[in-house]
Amino acid sequence: MSNVVPSGQPTGPYAPTPGRAQPASPVGRVVRQASDGWHEFAGRFDAQRVPLAGAGAALVVAGSFLPWAAFSGFPGKMTLSGYPGGVRAYCLALVVFAAFAFHRRAGGDAAGEVASLGMLVVTLYTVLAIAVEGGGLVNVAVGGWLCLVGSVLLLAAFGSQPRDEVVEPLPPGSVWLQLLAIVVVIGLMLMLVVEGLSIEASNQFVAFLVAIAFFLLAAARVGVTAWFQAASERQRMITIVAALLSAAVFPFTQAGSNYWLRVAASVGVFAAVVVGLNIVVGLAGLLDLGYVAFFGVGAYVGASLSGAEASNLDVHLPFLVVLVIGALVAAGFGIAIGAPTLRLRGDYLAIVTLAFGEIFRIAANNLDGTAGPKITNGPNGIPGVPNLELPGGFNFGDSHELFGIELAYFANYFWAELVLLVFVILVFVRLNNSRVGRAWVAIREDETAAAAMGVNTTRLKLLAFAIGAFLAGAAGTLNAHLTTQVSPDSYKFDESILLLAAVVLGGMGTIGGALLGSAAIVVIPEKLRFVEEKRILLFGVALILMMRFRPEGIVPNKRRQREFHDDTSGADATSAPPGSPVATA
Amino acid sequence: MTPPRARKAPATPPPPPEPQPYVPPGDVVLHADGVTKRFGGLTAVSDVDFVVHEGEIVGLIGPNGAGKTTFFNCLTGMEDPTEGRVTYRGQVLSGAPHEITKMGLARTFQNIRLFPNMTALENVLVGRHSRTKAGVFTAILHGPLYRREEREGERQARELLDFVNLGQHANALAKNLPYGDQRRLEIARALATKPGLLLLDEPTAGMNPQETAAAMQLVRKIRQQGLAVVVIEHDMKFIFNLCDRVAVLVQGKKLVEGTPAQVQADPRVVEAYLGTPATGEAS
Repeated sequence: MSNVVPSGQPTGPYAPTPGRAQPASPVGRVVRQASDGWHEFAGRFDAQRVPLAGAGAALVVAGSFLPWAAFSGFPGKMTLSGYPGGVRAYCLALVVFAAFAFHRRAGGDAAGEVASLGMLVVTLYTVLAIAVEGGGLVNVAVGGWLCLVGSVLLLAAFGSQPRDEVVEPLPPGSVWLQLLAIVVVIGLMLMLVVEGLSIEASNQFVAFLVAIAFFLLAAARVGVTAWFQAASERQRMITIVAALLSAAVFPFTQAGSNYWLRVAASVGVFAAVVVGLNIVVGLAGLLDLGYVAFFGVGAYVGASLSGAEASNLDVHLPFLVVLVIGALVAAGFGIAIGAPTLRLRGDYLAIVTLAFGEIFRIAANNLDGTAGPKITNGPNGIPGVPNLELPGGFNFGDSHELFGIELAYFANYFWAELVLLVFVILVFVRLNNSRVGRAWVAIREDETAAAAMGVNTTRLKLLAFAIGAFLAGAAGTLNAHLTTQVSPDSYKFDESILLLAAVVLGGMGTIGGALLGSAAIVVIPEKLRFVEEKRILLFGVALILMMRFRPEGIVPNKRRQREFHDDTSGADATSAPPGSPVATA
Repeated sequence: MTPPRARKAPATPPPPPEPQPYVPPGDVVLHADGVTKRFGGLTAVSDVDFVVHEGEIVGLIGPNGAGKTTFFNCLTGMEDPTEGRVTYRGQVLSGAPHEITKMGLARTFQNIRLFPNMTALENVLVGRHSRTKAGVFTAILHGPLYRREEREGERQARELLDFVNLGQHANALAKNLPYGDQRRLEIARALATKPGLLLLDEPTAGMNPQETAAAMQLVRKIRQQGLAVVVIEHDMKFIFNLCDRVAVLVQGKKLVEGTPAQVQADPRVVEAYLGTPATGEAS
């Protein structure tokens, strides 16, 4: 046959039959075969595991209550004894978890090991940070050393156990238990967010993130995360309502200052754009490297039509009208760009969209009345976008009192952004579960086959582009008010890359991933000032690490998770071949 | 029609096959008229006339590289024929593949082209795309049209999966299905487009004898639903047991067309596959 198009699919007439679907989480299969050097070494302590674990736990607990630093400059009141503040609390939480994990059920040892490793990393990092800030290891007080030794002992105790056990999924439990778990976990998440935001020192914030990461990894080892995922899926409405409520009460918490509300609102806007991009990239599989341009179109429309001093259009329309106009104009741009370019596939489309993003930025820089019509004011942009005002005279610039609590005025924007985000998520989820969403995924999977099955590929790709642009444009109009000014520099190529990074980092095609990825990309540079100037570099490194260790993203789409981990059919991706010896000493 | 018993060539080979009366079961469904496809200097398909009637199973055979798949592609709009035209129930087939699918032609692929990371059910649901209308707004609002179509779609998709005996794997990812199941899923997906004519490109490639027998049953079952079927296949037993008529394509040209008995008896077919007896030991 002269014209067989290669499908890129590994099946041929003689391809072996692939294995059945297996969950990629450790639940339901062998956690890990202990055959690496560390487990062979740790296996020697099998006989002493109980005293080792006891001593280790005692040391960590004792260390948590003793001072870690000999000088008072370090965050978290590390000089106080009898008070497990700052980083010490994370070690304490991890050791409590490890105690629960200790031989409770299959996978408990693996979980304890991860938790111990978390303790070790957190302690080591803090001890080094204290030494660096204080100018020498002398400044590390007794508590730090105790925790360090204790976590090593715990690591050895947990590591000495064989890993060839099968983790059974946890029983689903009663509805009340599930509801309780959902409420507790979501409440805990809100607490952790507030706690994390109120951490001022970068060092402690890093330790905080590391501790949470290890905690989640450890919880996954005993099947707790899988259980929670299943429970939240079963009680979907409750989970959604609880998550929304906890997000809505955020302005009432101690983190509800104008500053953090502004950051949170930026996360929301960023997330809305990321979800929109997820339609284009995650569902339809069209790599768009100039997506931020649509966001910029929306922002310029928003700034121009809202009665800003510098606006070149002397109109002031109500915000909801502006929102719709901005979204529609952006969608128009999406169609205008998409119509001629969507014949291209893959890399070619990426290059063209990249060029479009640049054209937008350069055009915005030049439409200043000298090089072209005066629309964007060139590099100066449009400053002084006024506060939002709702028809009832509700001004977003005023602070309001609610339930007897004086709220920072940015709470208004936070809630507006929340509404926008919910709308965007609703559009994404509902389209994903529809005829249109299935056609998009089909196009992503195999465009030729999709066309042969009656999918009008050109039209649907254009639709994906238009809807993605529409959502970005809507988010852009709100963002113009949020940042009070619009300038071409905000819509550079870097921003498109960050948006894509959020999509990939969080997990393609999922809402949780988009939210988490956006939060990481916006909050981490805010929190860790030293990250800000190197953020592209650091996110690049993070992406490379993700591609190596978790290509499906932090919050994987079920489909993609199976895509990346299914070929292992039952064994962990990092596990040794089945024949290798199990180090039980 | 009497089943041909004379499998082995008779002692005296009858030089020209006599035109036996063959009564097509129904009206003309597909009519390819002088279809030619050239790729630069290469003529992959040359002036092929081809007719399929309602309720008929027609086989298309030929050595590798004879142009069978290219001919299929010309029928389904994936290639535009350089010359000639194809009509389906009197309408000229032209335009994009999705339009032709909507008119009533569905196909499977020689190298399976499922949507590997979608479930079996979703694969079939994609096949229903051209027969449903729910757009963006009704999907976002979960309007009545959306709800009706989703409910109806899932019911029909499950029926189709049961029809090809894949009902219990509805939620398995397509790529995780065994090879034979993937072939049948592709057929279910094609049937979901509600075709009047089904084009199967090597449906039994890579199958074991049991699976091949099951595939034959399946194709017969499809015909019972009133569809016409065109099959490309290299498995001669499959073709000659299944088809009402067989066309042989050699080097882009239609060499012979007739009932299985006629085609089997035709020395030109033997020659096309095995070469001329004069070249020696070919047997």
